[in-house]
Amino acid sequence: MRDLVSDMASCLSVGGVRITRKGKALLDVPSLNLDGPGSTLILGPNGAGKSLLLRCLHGLIVPDRGQVMQDGVPLNAERKARQGMVFQQPVLLRRSVAANLDFVLKRQGLPRSERKTRIQNLLTEGGLDGKARQSARSLSGGEAQRLAILRALALNPETLFLDEPTSALDPSATQMIERMVQRASSRGVRIVMVTHDIGQARRLAADIVMMQGGRVVEHGAAQQVLDAPESDAARRYLAGGLVT
Amino acid sequence: MIRNIVQATLIAVGLTATEASAEAPFIVVQSTTSTQNSGLLDYILPGFEAETGIDVRVVAVGTGQAIRNAINGDGDVLLVHSKPAEEKFVADGWGVQRFDVMYNDFVLVGPKSDPAQVKGGTDIVAALTAVAEAEAPFASRGDDSGTHKAEMRLWDATAAEPTAASGTWYRETGSGMGATLNVANGMGAYVLTDRATWQSFGNKDNLEVLVEGDPRLFNQYGVILVNAEKHPHVRAAAGQRFIDWLIGPHGQEAIASYKLDGQQLFFPNAD
Amino acid sequence: MQNFATEFNAAMALILNGDAELWAIVLLSLKVSLFAVLISALIGMPLGAALAVARFPGRRVLIVLMNALMGLPPVVVGLLVYLMLSRSGPLGVLELLYTPTAMIIAQVVLVTPIIAALTRQVIEMLAEEYSEQLRSLGVSRLSSVPVLLWDARLALVTALLAGFGRAIAEVGAVIIVGGNINHVTRVMTTTIALETSKGNLALALALGAILIGIAVAVTAMVSTLSLRAEQEGLRHA
Repeated sequence: MRDLVSDMASCLSVGGVRITRKGKALLDVPSLNLDGPGSTLILGPNGAGKSLLLRCLHGLIVPDRGQVMQDGVPLNAERKARQGMVFQQPVLLRRSVAANLDFVLKRQGLPRSERKTRIQNLLTEGGLDGKARQSARSLSGGEAQRLAILRALALNPETLFLDEPTSALDPSATQMIERMVQRASSRGVRIVMVTHDIGQARRLAADIVMMQGGRVVEHGAAQQVLDAPESDAARRYLAGGLVT
Repeated sequence: MIRNIVQATLIAVGLTATEASAEAPFIVVQSTTSTQNSGLLDYILPGFEAETGIDVRVVAVGTGQAIRNAINGDGDVLLVHSKPAEEKFVADGWGVQRFDVMYNDFVLVGPKSDPAQVKGGTDIVAALTAVAEAEAPFASRGDDSGTHKAEMRLWDATAAEPTAASGTWYRETGSGMGATLNVANGMGAYVLTDRATWQSFGNKDNLEVLVEGDPRLFNQYGVILVNAEKHPHVRAAAGQRFIDWLIGPHGQEAIASYKLDGQQLFFPNAD
Repeated sequence: MQNFATEFNAAMALILNGDAELWAIVLLSLKVSLFAVLISALIGMPLGAALAVARFPGRRVLIVLMNALMGLPPVVVGLLVYLMLSRSGPLGVLELLYTPTAMIIAQVVLVTPIIAALTRQVIEMLAEEYSEQLRSLGVSRLSSVPVLLWDARLALVTALLAGFGRAIAEVGAVIIVGGNINHVTRVMTTTIALETSKGNLALALALGAILIGIAVAVTAMVSTLSLRAEQEGLRHA
């Protein structure tokens, strides 16, 4: 899996981003820097704007104001192509497992033999050996989400965004996915992941972005945010989260 | 597998293409439903095709539509049965010359119950007058065909004004002879038809011939070559060959020998 | 009508004994309609898919128009195609009137809106599901069209069958532009019309029975093939 490593740690930053719908600010982030390697987890209650922020970072939504910068340059198509995204509900093509991966590899213009090797490596990485020819739509929830992650990894991303990828999965499926995320991170892929699960944040995060009401209420090293939150909002959320 | 479907389709297409390219010389004859529905053309055409190698493609529509199609240049030969319209066609320059080919006659067909009491008569005008007075259902072609034109000429000789009664006892089907006979059978209506179509019609059921033999029921067929001066693409040589054959001894004999249930349907009368 | 049963049986015997003339008519029907559906699919599917994903002013109007065209009266189409192909019409020099090609053209006009409209519907639903994912993978709106068409292939088979059903059962257009010429442009439906007008109702009905049988057979065949294609496609991918 050497080919998945990107050797330069990227720096994503947000400047004055604002999204307003019907006079209500859904997202209002004056400044946010996600630099260095490692995994950032975005935490917060429903409607906090976590998914919206993720989509802005990935360029799926263009904010009404402000912009997303990558390494000091506004996000462009070339850099976007080196971002992968995994959605809460995996959207798999109505094709075989292998064809879902091949779809991405073909677009990179790789020759057939190389694609075949890459597909095999990816399937092994995701624990999907032997499922290559199965219909992607017939996979279990956990397998489907693993395939979605593999497909994002097939892009050789410098950044991998994940939007609550385990929210619908049981603990063992969740664990497999967390391991995949950890392995990707250790290979140098910058991880930005939205979650509800405080335990998951503790397990994966290097730093944590805490959101509420479309704003970033706290951003800091994981341990500090989780154990000694500075804002009331973060404290309340964590208290509620720990109770449930 | 999807490739197989496409392949199968392409083969089907290929066959179409081959057929089109290996085409024998042919002419298009705009004719009327009576010549086709009676089986006459199916009977005589193989003789012509064997003799000349020319394939005759018949488009069978009403006389009015056949003439319009010919004016548009969509036929080489016109074989229809409405002498005034045919003569106008030639006079307007669309046709070269008109030849008599054959004749038969129209008959008044109606329900066996015969509400207008016309059965056995030989005066068609009197019969139509009786139908109009009884307001008995009458099915008309209403499609500007040769039969329709003949029917209108006969009504003109009566005092009745059937078109004023259209939709009540007078029903215009706007369809071919056979379809109109089907309608007449369904509603127990009187109907004027050429004898050939009637003879070969398979759904007579409750209908029978009630009035026949009036000289005014004479039905003359004519043939005309479409004028190549108006439509240069007309296959004039082949078309003329067909006309020569039709009004010559071979064609005339063929027409005379066509019989259905032992009855002759068309009577050749070329000069 | 008393000899209806015997006549019907005679007609069925004609069919079962492989009467050459009858089967030539059946074959021509299939050729014309299959070819018409093929062309309509090549036009209608990309068109429908493009309408599903593209966003431009007037798109709604176009969709409404296309849906309305699904109900085009065959006779009107036949008349329009006749006027185009007649020697006095703009395309008269092509000498296509009264040929199978003319019938294919008329059926393409009838079938393309059906395939395009059904494709639009199917693709629009799929595009909604795929939209974010495809954009995330860097697939632009227009280049998503082939992806969506391929992934909707099973639903699109139904659109093809709907088009085929319309084509093979249609009589009003082909009788005008084909002329119902024996051995040249006579197909199942025009034969049925002819036999009906001859009053041979039993024969017409027997021919109708074959027509229905063929429609069922083609539908069953295509459904089976597409199902197998789905399974095989997965094994080879």
